[in-house]
Amino acid sequence: MQNSIVDIEKEAFQSIEQAQDSDQLEQLSIEYLGRKGVLTKFLRNISSLPENERPGAGKNANILKGKLERAFKSAFSKIEAATDIDFTGIDVTLPGRPAHIGSLHPVTQVTKEVCDIFLRLGFDIAEGPEVETDYYNFEALNIPKYHPARDMQDTFYVSENIVLRTHTSPSQPRVMEKTKPPVRIIAPGKVFRCDSDITHTPMFHQVEGLMVDENISFGDLKGILTTFVHQFFDKETSLRFRPSFFPFTEPSAEVDIRCVMCKGEGCRICSKTGWLEVLGSGMVHPAVFENVGYDTDKYTGFAFGVGIERLAMLKYGIDDIRKFFENDIRFLRQF
Amino acid sequence: MKVSLSWLKEYISVDLEPSVISARLTMAGLEVDAVEERYDYLDNIVVAKVDKVTKHPNADKLTVCKVDVGDDPIQVVCGAPNVREGMFVPCALPGAVLPGDFKIKKGKLRGEVSQGMLCSASELKLDADASGIMDLEGDFIPGIPLEQALNISDTVFEIDLTPNRPDCLSMIGVAREVGAFTEPKQTVTLPDFTLPEEKIGNISIHDHASVQIIDPDLCPRYSAGLLFDVKVEPSPFWLQEKLESVGLTPINNVVDVTNFVMMETGQPLHAFDFDEVAKGKIIVRRAGNDLDFTTLDSKDHKLESDMLMICDGDRPVALAGVMGGENSEISDNTTRVLVESAYFNPISIRRTAKKTGIASDASHRFERGIDPDGTVNALNRAVALIAQLCDGATIAKDIIDEHPKKRVPIEIDLSPQALNTRLGTSFDTDRMKEMLESVEFEIEKINDTQLKVGVPSFRVDVTRPEDLSEEVARLWGYNNIETSYPLVPAKGRLLNPKIPLREKVRQIFTGLSFSEAINYNFINENSCDRLNLLDNDKQRQVETILNPISDQMSVLRSSLIPGLLETMKKNIAQQSDTIRFFEIGKIFYATQKGSLPEEKETIAGLMTGNRSDQSWYSKKAQIDFFDLKGVVEGFFKALMIENIVFEKIEDNAYPYYKNGYAALVKSGNTVLGTLGKIDGKVLKNFGLKQDAYVFDFGLKVILDLLPGAIEAQILPKFPSISRDITIIVDRSVIVGSILKQIDLISKKQILIENVFLFDSFEGQPLPEGKKSLSFRVVYRSSSKTLKEKNIKKVHVNISTSILEMFNADLPE
Repeated sequence: MQNSIVDIEKEAFQSIEQAQDSDQLEQLSIEYLGRKGVLTKFLRNISSLPENERPGAGKNANILKGKLERAFKSAFSKIEAATDIDFTGIDVTLPGRPAHIGSLHPVTQVTKEVCDIFLRLGFDIAEGPEVETDYYNFEALNIPKYHPARDMQDTFYVSENIVLRTHTSPSQPRVMEKTKPPVRIIAPGKVFRCDSDITHTPMFHQVEGLMVDENISFGDLKGILTTFVHQFFDKETSLRFRPSFFPFTEPSAEVDIRCVMCKGEGCRICSKTGWLEVLGSGMVHPAVFENVGYDTDKYTGFAFGVGIERLAMLKYGIDDIRKFFENDIRFLRQF
Repeated sequence: MKVSLSWLKEYISVDLEPSVISARLTMAGLEVDAVEERYDYLDNIVVAKVDKVTKHPNADKLTVCKVDVGDDPIQVVCGAPNVREGMFVPCALPGAVLPGDFKIKKGKLRGEVSQGMLCSASELKLDADASGIMDLEGDFIPGIPLEQALNISDTVFEIDLTPNRPDCLSMIGVAREVGAFTEPKQTVTLPDFTLPEEKIGNISIHDHASVQIIDPDLCPRYSAGLLFDVKVEPSPFWLQEKLESVGLTPINNVVDVTNFVMMETGQPLHAFDFDEVAKGKIIVRRAGNDLDFTTLDSKDHKLESDMLMICDGDRPVALAGVMGGENSEISDNTTRVLVESAYFNPISIRRTAKKTGIASDASHRFERGIDPDGTVNALNRAVALIAQLCDGATIAKDIIDEHPKKRVPIEIDLSPQALNTRLGTSFDTDRMKEMLESVEFEIEKINDTQLKVGVPSFRVDVTRPEDLSEEVARLWGYNNIETSYPLVPAKGRLLNPKIPLREKVRQIFTGLSFSEAINYNFINENSCDRLNLLDNDKQRQVETILNPISDQMSVLRSSLIPGLLETMKKNIAQQSDTIRFFEIGKIFYATQKGSLPEEKETIAGLMTGNRSDQSWYSKKAQIDFFDLKGVVEGFFKALMIENIVFEKIEDNAYPYYKNGYAALVKSGNTVLGTLGKIDGKVLKNFGLKQDAYVFDFGLKVILDLLPGAIEAQILPKFPSISRDITIIVDRSVIVGSILKQIDLISKKQILIENVFLFDSFEGQPLPEGKKSLSFRVVYRSSSKTLKEKNIKKVHVNISTSILEMFNADLPE
């Protein structure tokens, strides 16, 4: 005669209680739950029971199976917890094994941000040499030799007619010589001026912009640059356009934005004026068009240039431009 | 340029606040950099009432005064003879700083306490009178600020003028702008440009002096006037004060008048001691053979023969338009004065100024272009003023006005329509006319679609219709022009593939924990030596900068490596010793002289320090070549460039790498770049003590290798099986060659999926000079699950082949 379910249960729980180690438990687990175990046997023999007892016995046996499984699991845990340190868990406050990540130079990030804004506006990217001929850097841009405007940019010379480009503007004639209007380009890159102090480094970065087509107006220049400033800073940043002078634009305009630090109250950053000069711009001078063979009666256009370090300094609150080129890892990792 | 508001008001009546004037000038294109209150130095100087005067007990010439300065009476020791009870005087209190940086402090004078100083007008730069303390003559509330009591104020604007506006290098020019930007618009009141009749003598200038212009291209006009019986002495107070208000230093009455008139009109003038002008002749010519000249600041200059000079009958007496000569300058003994007022060619002046290194107020104006029609007015004004300042002086009858090349007045045909298109505005012809007239353009309306615009002679910057568009724009206000958006075809061009490649490279290296550095394009000219480069190395073809900032930055870099090593050094100095940098940038090789250098974009990086820091799970370990190689392999893998081969570099081929620790990276026969450990000597040359590992690749070669479109591969359905081969070979056998051999076989065997080295061992129990290498070969079929029998033959084939080829043994 078979043991009743109740007996099996009683016996099993007693044995689990008494088990000393995981081997014994393993043994017991096989004895009760294994393929040839007590419970399996019991279920197999159900057919020998009277018909009316069969469903109840089957059900009880399955319930017991579940109970025992849980009991074994917790008994295993208890035993292992007592013997295996893993089961006490880990010290999650120990530092992780670092997965290092590098950093992109802030100049790269800001350049990309500027380029992306103009790419969204349908501009293409042009690039040019960093060492330029006097012609492209000056003459083609309506800055003849011995013009006082040359004093506006202290130039590095490599030979009499070869210079380190003082601005990204040579990309204007270079592109226009090769392309018929409409032209819509920006040209990011390094530029060089013979100047070194807290606000000047002998090398820095600019992005040049040029748009030429029929009926392009000063109003359009304002529109595009307003969009740019709003996208780069924020929608609330107000702008002002101020007459200035660049030999290759007429009219020429400096673009000031409301000081991002003091919001126009006047602070050290904006020299108490409430405004910050961020862009130079203007309508392309007809002499520049004449130099590249564009029809000055038919086409008008605007050009602008923006200093990347200047934007980055404003964006990140950096007060010394030289930091960009010291490449102190502690500085670079902040970006 | 400095502009004094009180001086400005002599030509224009303006009641606006200085801050408003400053803002309007800035918005008119005359950027005001700074605004200073000229009498700020009178801070802490108050009106005092002298209550009691007693003799100083220890000094005859001093008195001790009790004075009322509003609060408690104070005691002041005074040396002035005119001090008396009841007078109101300026009193400088402790904290005041008098002109000449004289700080007022509380102290004792000959034993008597003095809590301030009673001041003379001269001490306060308010008048020339230095004879005694300043008697304020009137009734004041003691203690009120002196500025307020005298009702004096002056504002000085520092204007950062753009080079196109030489007309505004003068008070009248700036006044004209102020007039155009005030409501209602005003025109300037010009000073009297006529000569005072009563001062003109009987002798004509032509009896004594002559002017001959040899080179009219460089000097289209030369006007001159002559004065007799001039007495050279210090200028009166008002004149000195005017000059000082705009930052000029008073010298003597004659020179001061020429400077004053230059500041007023923008016309530079020069005064000669006429007794020093040989034969009374002024000859305007190029230097020719006269190649030595001493300017009035006693500096000797070497001239070039084409420089324009003012000469007398014998020799040069002035560097035309730049600076006068020492030989003919005004001295205390000068009695006859010749005043020059000329127009010189801007380019000629600029060349001379640049070459002699002289930047004078005169050259500054001439090189930008003065009013070609302004010489006579300025001359008359100066001559009249000198005569007025010197009682006994007389003016020679007539002036000389040599004018071989007359200015052709500029007239511009202006299409209001075109102007509106350029600006995006819609001004009608009359409105445009009105605006331009407010800055003294002369407008003739031909019809509604055409204006003829006469440009005033002083506006040398305006020559074409576009220039007028700027005038209209700034007069209307840039900020009042409506913002619009251009309509352009939605047509884009392909991006230069270098741009996305650079971006990808940056992503990869930041992912590999490198930080991006940007170093200067200039490096130290000894960098090639410091890199141990051989004499014939291409990297020695550096482009030299003619005017470098310093020796440290004197040549254009022909490699990114020196910059990276410098960067490493700077970081180690800041105690950051485990660093990984990469840089993308151009290097330059000089070509023929006068041609652009070759520019080559490169990608380089540097690793130094530890692979792992001391931590709870690992010991500190330094990086080695294989960390670097892993990065490079990862880089090419990320770019999906396959079949990259590392080849050992011949000794000294790249002398900055340590021999035996560097490799060429190749794809086929193309060299993509190098990597290696920096040579110890090179480290030393850069002041480094810690090992550095560097890679250096060309961008263009990598661009050319980039795979085209990616084709997705079907993933294998059947499992792979692996078999290992362990062999023992001579130490000298390189792993690359074995892998290459297995690779050759596997190319014919489609079942081989992958082969890699998983162990390398040297030492006991292996014999000396031997090493054991273990390779795992992974087999897979795309059509079935492989069984031993399927691969046996291939595997044996590989084993025997490498055993034979590399003279290898199987382990025992």
